[in-house]
Amino acid sequence: MERSFVAKNPSVLVFLAILSLFTLGVTILSEGFGIGVISTSFVKTLGKTLCLCLIAVAMDLVWGFTGILSLGHFAFFGLGGYMIGMWLMYERTRLIVVESLSQADIPPTPSEVVDAIGTQIFGVVGSSEFPLIWAFSHSLVLQLALIVLVPGLLALIFGWLAFRSRVTGVYLSILTQAMTLALALYLFQNDSGLRGNNGLSGLQNLPGVTASQDVVSIWFLWASALALGLGYMLAAWIVSGKFGSVIRGIRDNEARVRFLGYSVEVYKLTVFTLTACIAAIAGALYYPQAGIINPEEMAPIASIYLAVWVAIGGRGRLYGAVIGAAFVSLLSTWFTGGQAPNIPLGFHTIKWVDWWQVLLGVSFVLVTLFAPQGIGGLFDLWSDRRHPDRHCANLGPDDGALREKEAIE
Amino acid sequence: MFRLFLASLAILFACLPANAQEAGLEPILQSHQEIIAKSSRKTIKPAIDAITASGLPQAQVMLETWAAKDMWMRKSDGLFFAGKRVEGRSYELTDFDTGEVIGTYEKSDLKQLKPNSGVRAMIGTALVQYQLTDQDRKRRLAALQSIQRDPEGALLEPLRASIEDETDADLKAQKQRLERLLTIGYDADTAARVAAVEEMSNDLGVDVRAALNPLVVTTRMVAPNLPTDENIAIVLEPGSEALSRDEAYDLLVASNLAAPRVSQDDIRTALSANIDRGRVGGVPVAQLNNETARTQAYAALAETGAVSALVTEADIDDALGKHVFFETYREASPTVTAAAEKALDHIEFKVGLNQTLDLLLDAISLASIYFLAAIGLAITFGVMGVINMAHGEFIMMGAYTGYVVQQFIPDHTLSIIVAIPMAFAVTFAMGVAMERLVIRWLYARPLETLLATFGISIALQQLAKNIFGTQARPLTAPGWLDGAWVLNDVVSISYVRIAIFVLALIFLGLFLYIMKRTRLGLEMRAVTQNPRMAGSMGINPGRVNMLTFGLGSGIAGIAGVAIGLFAKVTSDLGSDYIVQSFMTVVVGGVGNIWGALAGAGMIGFLQKGIEWMNPSNTLAAQTYMIVFIIVFIQFRPRGIIALKGRAAGD
Repeated sequence: MERSFVAKNPSVLVFLAILSLFTLGVTILSEGFGIGVISTSFVKTLGKTLCLCLIAVAMDLVWGFTGILSLGHFAFFGLGGYMIGMWLMYERTRLIVVESLSQADIPPTPSEVVDAIGTQIFGVVGSSEFPLIWAFSHSLVLQLALIVLVPGLLALIFGWLAFRSRVTGVYLSILTQAMTLALALYLFQNDSGLRGNNGLSGLQNLPGVTASQDVVSIWFLWASALALGLGYMLAAWIVSGKFGSVIRGIRDNEARVRFLGYSVEVYKLTVFTLTACIAAIAGALYYPQAGIINPEEMAPIASIYLAVWVAIGGRGRLYGAVIGAAFVSLLSTWFTGGQAPNIPLGFHTIKWVDWWQVLLGVSFVLVTLFAPQGIGGLFDLWSDRRHPDRHCANLGPDDGALREKEAIE
Repeated sequence: MFRLFLASLAILFACLPANAQEAGLEPILQSHQEIIAKSSRKTIKPAIDAITASGLPQAQVMLETWAAKDMWMRKSDGLFFAGKRVEGRSYELTDFDTGEVIGTYEKSDLKQLKPNSGVRAMIGTALVQYQLTDQDRKRRLAALQSIQRDPEGALLEPLRASIEDETDADLKAQKQRLERLLTIGYDADTAARVAAVEEMSNDLGVDVRAALNPLVVTTRMVAPNLPTDENIAIVLEPGSEALSRDEAYDLLVASNLAAPRVSQDDIRTALSANIDRGRVGGVPVAQLNNETARTQAYAALAETGAVSALVTEADIDDALGKHVFFETYREASPTVTAAAEKALDHIEFKVGLNQTLDLLLDAISLASIYFLAAIGLAITFGVMGVINMAHGEFIMMGAYTGYVVQQFIPDHTLSIIVAIPMAFAVTFAMGVAMERLVIRWLYARPLETLLATFGISIALQQLAKNIFGTQARPLTAPGWLDGAWVLNDVVSISYVRIAIFVLALIFLGLFLYIMKRTRLGLEMRAVTQNPRMAGSMGINPGRVNMLTFGLGSGIAGIAGVAIGLFAKVTSDLGSDYIVQSFMTVVVGGVGNIWGALAGAGMIGFLQKGIEWMNPSNTLAAQTYMIVFIIVFIQFRPRGIIALKGRAAGD
C-alpha cells in the first residue's frame, strides 16, 4: 500500500513544527511586532541564518545525497543576491532621482531620469552608462525571474560540460572551486557592470516602503522561514521518492547505476541545477537583510564553509544540514562578535576572536575523522538506529561510497 | 636730422660690446648691466648669450660664480665681481678678467646677485659647453646627462666640438650617440637630419624614440581649402574611421567655422530660462517631459530670436562639405618626416619582436613559479591521490621559516642557505605528522580528505595570523639577487626570477632522480600502483606513504622560501596559490611530473598572453584563464599528459 508523504517522512512534520514555533517566538519577542526582547539586528541575524540553512539543505541535496562535493554553491547564492540587489538599487535610486528632478523647472524626460540613475549608481566606478546586464533591472517581475534563471542557467551549462565529460570526485570539486574563483574575480573588476569591489549597497531599504527596519526585518524573517519550509519539503519529497533512490545510488556507485540503464548525467544535472536555484533564492533573501553584497562574498572559501556546516551537521539527512548551518554560523557569530568569554591560561589569554578559526578547523578535522555522521548522528542514538555490522567490509566498491560507519540499517 | 644722429649713436653703442671683446668680460657684463642686475628669467637671455658667445675662458668661472650666488655688484660704478666673505659684513672682491683681488668692501656698498632657479637653469645650459670639455670626467658625464634630460638646439655645436678631443672611449661613444640624436631634432641641414634618422633606425633605445616621436607629431586642422605651405600628413574624410562626423563638426566649432550644436542640456537650460506664465514657446511646461515637445518649444523660441537656432543634420552636412580636414606635421620638412615615419615603423617592428621575447621570458618565469608551487602537489595529489588543501599553508610555513631564520642570521645570503633546509625540515615534519594523524585514516574517502585538510588549512592560517600578525613580513633577497638582467631597453628580467627558474629546474631534476633512481622512488611507485602487492613484497606501505607525503610537503616549504623572496609574506600567501596549483596539476595530468611541467607552462604562458591582450586588467586575465581551463578539461579530462593503461588506475 502506498504510504503518504508525511507518513514516510515524519521528520518533515517535526521540522515544520519547530520552524513555525521558532518564527512565532521570534515575532513575539521582536521589536517590530512583539515585546522587544530581541534586538532588530539579532532578528536580522536569525533571518540570515534561516537563509544559510536553506542553502545548506541545497548543499546536502547535492553532496549528501548525490555525492557531488560542489564548492561553487555560494557563487549561485551570491548571484541570486546580485539579481535582487540590482532591482532594489535601481528602484530606490529611481525614487530619489525622480524626487530631486521634480524640483527643476522643466519636467524630466525618461532618458534624463535613466541617465541620472546611471550616474548615481555607477559614479563610484567612474561610469554613468547602464551596462547590458542591467537591462531588466527596472522590472521587479523580470528581475525576480532572473534570480532563478541566471544561476540556473550557469549551473546548467557548467554542469552539462562537467558531467558530460565525466569529471567526478575531487576533480569536480576543484573545477567548481575554479568556477567560483573565476566568477568572483570577474565581479571584482570595475567594468564588470556590477560596481566592482564596491558591490551593491543599501539593499536593506525596500523602495516605496515606509515601515521601519524593525518591521521589515520581521517580514524578511517570515519570508526566509517560508522559503526554508518550502525548500525543506521539496528536498524531502525529492529524496523520498524513486528519484531519491537513484541519486543515492549514484552517490554510492555511479558506474553500477549507469549500467542499470539510468542516465546518470541527467540526474546529476537536474540535482545540480535545482540546488543552484534553491541557493540563489536563499541568496536573494539573505542579502536584503545583510544590506550589502560584494564579490568578496563569493570567494571560494565561502563555499568550503558551506561544506563544513553540512559535514558538521551530518550529511545525508536534511535536518542535519539545517542543524549544522544554524549551529556553526550562530556559534561563529557568537565567537567572532567578541561575546565569548576569554580564557586566561596564565602565559597566554585565549581571545576567541583570534582562536575561533583554529577551534573550527580542528573540530572539523575531528568530526571528519571520528563522527562522519555529524551532529545529526546523535538522533540515531535517540531513535535507536544502528549501523550494520559487516565486519569492516566496504558497503560499495567505489571510493566515494558510504562506509560502514556512516550507513544506517 | 637730430633723430638720425641719435639712431646712429644708438647703433654705435650697440656695437660697443663687440669691439670690447678683446678687452675682457667686464665690458660685456656692463653692456647688459641692467638685465643682469635684475636677473629675471624672461629678460636674461641676451646677456647669457653674449657671455657664451664671447668665447672667453673666464666666462665659465663667471657663470659658475653667478649661479652659486657669489657674484656681487659694486654700487658705486655698477661693476661685477666675484665676492668672498672675509669677516663680519665685509667681502673681498675679485676681478673676473684678471683674477686679481681688488680689495675688501662693506656689504652696504655692494649688491648680491641672486638668480632664481629659472635663471640658474639657463646658466646651467650655458655652462654645459664648458663642462663638456672639462678636465674632470665626472663633470663631463654630468654635462652629457644634463643634455639628455633637456636637449636643446644651441647645445649641438658645443657638443660636436667636444667629440674630437674626448679621451674617454665610453664618453666619446655617448657623446657621438647624443650628437646623432640632437642632429635629428635640431640640425639646420635637412640632409644631415635624414642621414642621422636613418643611422639611428636600428636602435631600440627609448631616447631614440623620444627624439623621433616629436618629428611625427601631427595637428588636426580644418580649412576651406588645403593649404600649400604646410607639411600635410594626411587628408581626412569626415565620417571615416579616423575622423567621425561628430569629431569633424566639433573641430569646425572649435575653429569658429560653424555654430555649436545645441545639446539636450542646452535646450533644457534655455527652456527653463524662458518660462513665460507656465508656458515655453506656447507649450505648457508640464508637457515638456519628452524630447519632441522640447524641440518644438525650442524651435518656437528660436523663431522669436530669444535663443540661437538649432543646428540640423543638413546644416552639419553642409558645413562639413565646405571644408577640408587634414593633419599637418609640426615639423616643416617633408623629407625629414618621411624618414622619421619610416625609421619609427622599423623601430616599432623591432620593439615588437623584443616585446614578444620579453613576454616569453615573463611567461617562463611565471610558469616556473607555478611549477614550484605545484611540484609538491604533484607528489601528494599526483602520485598519492591525496587532496591536500593545506598545501598552500605549507608554502606559507616555508616563507615564514625563511623570515624567522632571517631574524637570527642577519647575513642574507647565509640566511637563505640556512632557510632552505630549515623550511624543508619544518614542513616535512608537519607533513609527516599530518599524514600519520589525519590523512592515513581517510585514504578511502578522498572527498573527506579534502575537507579535513581544509580544516587544517584554516586552523594553520589563523595560527600564523595569531603568531606573526596580519601585516606582511619581509623576506629580503640577498644583495646579489637585486636588480635585473637588462638585455636592452625593452627586454629585462630580474635576477630573483632567474633564480626561481633555476630552482624549478633543480627540483625537476631532483624529483626525477628520486622517483627513477632511488630505492624510495621505486617503493613509492610500487605503493601507488598497488599497495597490497607492494606490501607482500616486503615494502611497508604506511612508511612509504608517510615519507612521500613528507617529501611533497617539504618541497612546498622550499617553494615557500622562493615565493617569499618576491611576494609579501602574509598568512594568506598560500591561499593565493592553492587554486592555481591544483589547476596546474589537473591541467597537466595527474600522476606525472612532466604533466605538472606542461600544466605550469600552459597556465603561465596563457596568463601572460591574456594579460598582453588586455594589459590593464590582470583580474580579467585570471578570469578568462580559469574559464579556458574549465573548457580545456572538457576536451582532455585527464590533462595534457594522460597516463594510459594500468597506471591510469581504471
